[in-house]
Amino acid sequence: MLSRTADSLYWLSRYVERADYLARSIEAAQRLSSLPAAYGGEANEWESAVETAGSGDIFHEKHETATAETVARFLICSPDNPSSIVKCFENARTNARAVRTALTSETWDAINGAWLELQNQNVSKLTPSSWPKFLAWVKETSLRVDGSAYRTMLRNDAYWFSRLGVSVERADNTARLLDVKYHILLPENATVGGVIDYSQWAAILRAVSALTSYHWVYRESLKPWLIADLLILNQQMPRSLAACYSNIVTNLDEIAGAYNRAGPAQRTARAINRKLGATKIEQVFQSGLHEFITNFIGDNNKVGSAISSQYLV
Amino acid sequence: MQSCPEDGRGGEARLAFDEMTEGGGGIRAPYEKIAQWLDAVPREQLQQRRLEAELFFRRGGITFAVYGDAQGEERIIPYDIVPRVLARAEWERLARGLEQRVKTLNLYLADVYGAQNAIKAGIVPPDLVWQNPAYRPEMAGVEVPHGVYVHIGGIDVVRVDADDFYVLEDNARTPSGVSYMLEGREISIRLMPELFSQHRVAPIENYANELLSSLRSVAPRNSAADPTVALLTPGQFNSAYYEHSFLADKMGVELVEGRDLQVKDEVVYMRTTEGPKRVDVIYRRIDDEFIDPLTFRPESALGVPGLFAAYAAGNVTLANAIGTGAADDKVIYSYIPDLIRFYLDEEPILKNVPTWRCREPEHLQYVLDHLAELVVKETHGSGGYGMLVGPHATKAEIETFRALLKANPEGYIAQPTLSLSTCPTFVESGVAPRHVDLRPFVLSRADGVRIVPGGLTRVAMRDGSLVVNSSQGGGLKDTWVIE
Repeated sequence: MLSRTADSLYWLSRYVERADYLARSIEAAQRLSSLPAAYGGEANEWESAVETAGSGDIFHEKHETATAETVARFLICSPDNPSSIVKCFENARTNARAVRTALTSETWDAINGAWLELQNQNVSKLTPSSWPKFLAWVKETSLRVDGSAYRTMLRNDAYWFSRLGVSVERADNTARLLDVKYHILLPENATVGGVIDYSQWAAILRAVSALTSYHWVYRESLKPWLIADLLILNQQMPRSLAACYSNIVTNLDEIAGAYNRAGPAQRTARAINRKLGATKIEQVFQSGLHEFITNFIGDNNKVGSAISSQYLV
Repeated sequence: MQSCPEDGRGGEARLAFDEMTEGGGGIRAPYEKIAQWLDAVPREQLQQRRLEAELFFRRGGITFAVYGDAQGEERIIPYDIVPRVLARAEWERLARGLEQRVKTLNLYLADVYGAQNAIKAGIVPPDLVWQNPAYRPEMAGVEVPHGVYVHIGGIDVVRVDADDFYVLEDNARTPSGVSYMLEGREISIRLMPELFSQHRVAPIENYANELLSSLRSVAPRNSAADPTVALLTPGQFNSAYYEHSFLADKMGVELVEGRDLQVKDEVVYMRTTEGPKRVDVIYRRIDDEFIDPLTFRPESALGVPGLFAAYAAGNVTLANAIGTGAADDKVIYSYIPDLIRFYLDEEPILKNVPTWRCREPEHLQYVLDHLAELVVKETHGSGGYGMLVGPHATKAEIETFRALLKANPEGYIAQPTLSLSTCPTFVESGVAPRHVDLRPFVLSRADGVRIVPGGLTRVAMRDGSLVVNSSQGGGLKDTWVIE
């Protein structure tokens, strides 16, 4: 397959997944900010939402303080933000259009349909009260794109590259979401494991539709290390770093099998996968969750570059 | 069925040959069932189906871009759901004429870039050949596989009565529109199954197969037994990008851009996830000037450096060949009937529209004296731009063209306004006759010519208008060849 085609498939999946994550992180921030602690006037959950989207610098060029209004608008549709939700869909559609022939009509329709709908509704005119509906639509769209790819695409390199895009982006996003909690400071007089802490973790789990899963897996009240275990190491949890990496390794192996050749991308991904397999959650907390996540995001980027230089250029 | 013209320009539409009613009250045989259907089906239902057709185009991303139009980057073409019908016998005759014409175009190009017999015999004046901007001196002496230059030809024809087809122009470069022909048929089958099944419509869905096997048949002699074909597009911002991706998809070949290709030791490769892969045949939808910055326009970012050298070395086949524009401008057009006689020793089956070549002083004088009756076209223009339709022009427009003609007579030809035939068309005011033309797609391959029955019917949606180009608001119809 053409390298450019593989590149477009990979990135179109990444952009759709990223839009989904942005929607979820806005929802998480909304939930967090409605907690009692926020009445103190601390808006740091919005700060953390924009930080963990990786767009803190661009945001602060234009805005002094992070409020619900400014951050949500910035993440949804600001023309100043090169990776807003709207921009993600535009990029996904541009990539899809460039590889129209490599997509099934269902997948194309899911992406093009979403893009057409964005043209019809003027997103920048949306008021905060209509954001929840819009965010729900964003998540639905990513489900449609993902589902149509899963249900209709041939299981060949086109499919594997698109799956790689989903998993690499998703691993990155899960890591960033965990970091949201790190950026939120508990009020001084609140206790770790207290009501506020509990609600904050619950909001994050809810954002990734994992609250129920947590209860099924652990049958315990919310504990930070178990939540981290769920989102980092638990193979059953589809967006955990471990699950993302076993998908990445599987898809890269499929590609290596089809092409009869493995390379740096496969080796790097396997190394990270092994490392995750050998990690215990206690170690993560001992060495610091934030440090662990920062390391992981760096590793994940290395896999991204390895995939890119091996196949996409 | 006749409608009153909405303005003074409706004259021709009333007087023209109507393919359904023949201008009188009767119904021509091929249209019997269509006429019954049009009588029976409520207007709201037609409107509903028209909207569904539009939605089909929109959702499918079946769009085209109009250059210089800031508003809509992507537009859809109006699709008229009333099909245009040709009887098998009418089509057979037309097809024979098309074959004759395209064979001649190929022979002429081989001649122009080879032995130059037609020039030596005085059929075509030499300066018309050498001074033609579409003539590519680089092609002189280059041998193309099986002598095929125009692998895909789009021959625009119109009819003026029950018997005669006229060729309006030959498109020998990169004719487009075939995706609309194929999608139009899809819509007919989907939206009007009852009408479709009442007719025995000759299928066209094998076009992409025919195209692919045509392209493979002209692969370089030194290529693998299973030659690799790719479709070269300028990219997704080109007006015909949808068509490029559509055809690549239907043929199952890679849709490549210039940056996906590289030339090494005069062999063309595409960059793939498994490393470089050789390409044997390129169906290119990029114009000559942009195809190779080393040979043609140096600033072109769309092309592939070294592609022409690989082509001239016989290591890759380009379809259509480079330099085919030397055969399809509007002056050479006027010589095609003579060239048919010269190369094939046959009488032309399709008529040519009488053409005044303004480069010849007597012709120019006649044209200047009759501007109000004639259509004046740029010799190298296309797309319905830069033309004067005398009978519809204002005094000022005529005077502008008079000045243009005097300043640059070489640049223009003139033709009488043909009374293009009309077909019933669903418009705002109901079903009314509208002028149509037809672009059949003619494939030339190693062993002959193939034409899928029918083609793309373009319709001028405005009452009385003769301009069918999609860039000028023309629409499309499905074209049925029936038993």
